[in-house]
Amino acid sequence: MSGLFEFLISDLLTVSFAVAVIGAATPLLLAATGELIVERSGVLNLGVEGMMLAGALAGFAASQELSYAVGIPAAALAGALLALIFAFFSQTLLTNQVATGLALTIFGIGITKLIGEPYTGTPLEPMAPLFSESLQQIPVIGPIVFGHDPFVYLSIVGILGTWYFLFRTRAGLILRAVGEDHSSAHALGCHVVRIRYAAILAGGAFAGLGGAYMSMVKTPQWNEGMTAGSGWIALALIVFATWRPMRLWLGAYLFGALLVLQLRIQGTGVSVGVTYFLTMVPYLATIVVLVIMSWDKVALRRHAPASIGKIFKPAS
Amino acid sequence: MPDAPLLELVGITRRFPGVLANDDIDFAITPGEIHALLGENGAGKSTLMKIIAGLLAPDEGEIRWRGRPVTIRSPIAARDLGIGMVHQHFALFEGLSVAENIALSLPKAVPGTALTGRLNAVAEQYGLKLDPDAHVFELSAGEKQRIEIVRTLLQEPKLLILDEPTSVLTPGETEQLFDTLRRLAADDTAIVFISHKLQEVRLLCDQATILRGGRVVAECRPADVDAEQIAELMLGDRPPATERQDRQAGATILKVKDLELARSGGAKPLVVGELSLRAGEIVGVAGVAGNGQEALYRTLSGEDLAARPDCITYNDKPIGRSGPNARRAAGIAFLPEERLGHAAVPNFTLTDNALLSNLIDRRLHRRGWIFRGRLSRRAQDISDGHDVRHSGIDQLASGLSGGNLQKFVVGRELDKQPACLIIDQPTWGVDPGAATRIRDELQRLAGNGAAILVISQDLDELIGLCDQLAVLHDGVLSPTRPVQDWTIHALGLAMTGAEPTAPAEAEPAPMRALP
Repeated sequence: MSGLFEFLISDLLTVSFAVAVIGAATPLLLAATGELIVERSGVLNLGVEGMMLAGALAGFAASQELSYAVGIPAAALAGALLALIFAFFSQTLLTNQVATGLALTIFGIGITKLIGEPYTGTPLEPMAPLFSESLQQIPVIGPIVFGHDPFVYLSIVGILGTWYFLFRTRAGLILRAVGEDHSSAHALGCHVVRIRYAAILAGGAFAGLGGAYMSMVKTPQWNEGMTAGSGWIALALIVFATWRPMRLWLGAYLFGALLVLQLRIQGTGVSVGVTYFLTMVPYLATIVVLVIMSWDKVALRRHAPASIGKIFKPAS
Repeated sequence: MPDAPLLELVGITRRFPGVLANDDIDFAITPGEIHALLGENGAGKSTLMKIIAGLLAPDEGEIRWRGRPVTIRSPIAARDLGIGMVHQHFALFEGLSVAENIALSLPKAVPGTALTGRLNAVAEQYGLKLDPDAHVFELSAGEKQRIEIVRTLLQEPKLLILDEPTSVLTPGETEQLFDTLRRLAADDTAIVFISHKLQEVRLLCDQATILRGGRVVAECRPADVDAEQIAELMLGDRPPATERQDRQAGATILKVKDLELARSGGAKPLVVGELSLRAGEIVGVAGVAGNGQEALYRTLSGEDLAARPDCITYNDKPIGRSGPNARRAAGIAFLPEERLGHAAVPNFTLTDNALLSNLIDRRLHRRGWIFRGRLSRRAQDISDGHDVRHSGIDQLASGLSGGNLQKFVVGRELDKQPACLIIDQPTWGVDPGAATRIRDELQRLAGNGAAILVISQDLDELIGLCDQLAVLHDGVLSPTRPVQDWTIHALGLAMTGAEPTAPAEAEPAPMRALP
């Protein structure tokens, strides 16, 4: 146990830990940003994991065959394509969103396994950081601020942009109004179904990017099911953040830190129990937050989209 | 010389299948006038206002705006003319802030600061205090209404229609609203004020038009005539619709005494001094919607508990703090107003719905197991015995017409042969055939010695059905009196909350009654 303690003080406050946390948090942040937009429009898409896998495979394949510049949009497109299936079923055919989302995840796992078979184990050059070597040489700030690949900056622009869109633009207000009460929004003349389609597609694109980060940067290779539950953590993260973008950002790094901690503690050879416990922590934290949230009905009512998961069927 | 009318309606007629909702109505309002539109539920007020607001088209007649004939095709067309309507039920996004709600209703994006500026300007000018950052769900009904009014005022209407605006307000909020309306009128806005409450109309309005059965029955200056005359004109003469059967009242079965219960939404508490239901007698509770009917039903059914057990006694046993099933077990049956979602689960089959108010019936289930066969037979018996038309007892409750579902849920309670029945709006929204059948069944149950309480807004129904009547107004239940002791006149006064006028000091001004 003393080894664990030494590890905690020697390793936690280092630059390499911070960099690792940002790396682990980025796919979560990307996927959760997308799902936040979806849920704020009143739709619950549980297919995040499936869409991430689609993005991971498409990003990897396009990068390997063509270039990274093609890989990134390809990943977003693949995620959005899967989301389109969900949107068609849930918004046009009015299927149950929970069931459809779960089906989408299972579908995503299966189809990427099938198509991705030839790519398994093939190599991909790791993606270079976005900024020049000299900037990265600056002590402490260099690696933390300038040392990352484009995805990291994309994720930050994404969450800040989402915040601005949701709370500072009329379109964002309309999207939240649709998520709050679709019937009233419809009565005001908002195109509920169209808006939700757009939100679902955006959510899919973000999830695709989150998945691509894992196959293009984190471990530059393709393995079936390689997102390993990140989609579910992203879903938990939104609840953890009570649908607020800034909390989501913070929460992503918190969850990222837990993931890194778990890996490093595993490395120190402490008992398996501790590792398992750390794996549980993101979910436990979400449950704890849920319990605390349900005490404060006012805050919950203020931030949770009221018509989430409900089927909208316009009269005639 | 009076001003030229802003809006004039000439010979407006609108038919619905089986109903003449508006029959040759003339109506005029000038700028700066506050004009009351009075009438009972179903008198045609809402239809008329929907025609003005562009939600309905008239079958006949002409609408003139500033003297020129116009056709108002949509709510947007009405808004462009300068007609704004504040609805009785608020169409607000509860989870969004006040400012966001208002921004959504504006046709174009307005920057946040400019919107706050306009909000503050309107708020200051008309005394409508609002916190732009507050979330709607945190606000009282009065504040929510203020949002609706501000929303409408930002469109700078020349004519403002308010549909029963005070029904959700506390007395203090009502005064604030009146202050706002007077200021608006002083700025030459014409206001149509729809209401049942005569006192308010007399306080606020310059002019009143009274509707009954889709026709204008009178026009008057409300301040000059006494409330009793208006009440009589609103209600008219009523021959009983149902022939009341002779029955003999027996011992008191259910008794409510000194009950007081808080109501939500800033309304005054429900107060019942004394109410007795006797065997073989039907007691009616009259009143305009929203005066505490639901609270009364809920306390009697046990959904809301009384403060003390002895507030409600059943055969001298205190049941004020017993839940619904304990009261059912004692022999009372209940039927709420809302068919779908309260009396029946919309997405359950009729069979499953048959079980819901029979959970205490050991013949239908034991140790957690339901006897499906017996339950189906029960549902079938209810349907057969009460003329419920459906495609099978496995049909969903939501698939039945209002009348058929009502016959089913009434039958479900009647088949228990209850010694006491509490029923809220037994024939609301039900076709006339089904309504007659339900009323006959209630009479038969009373004839067999049951004590029945009927809460209803349909006076004809109450007069035809009941032996005793009480009136619920603003949460307070009046003492019961035999139905023949109530004059229409007295009923109208009690229902509208008009204080009995003092012995005539001067002759009331003559009213221009129309043929």
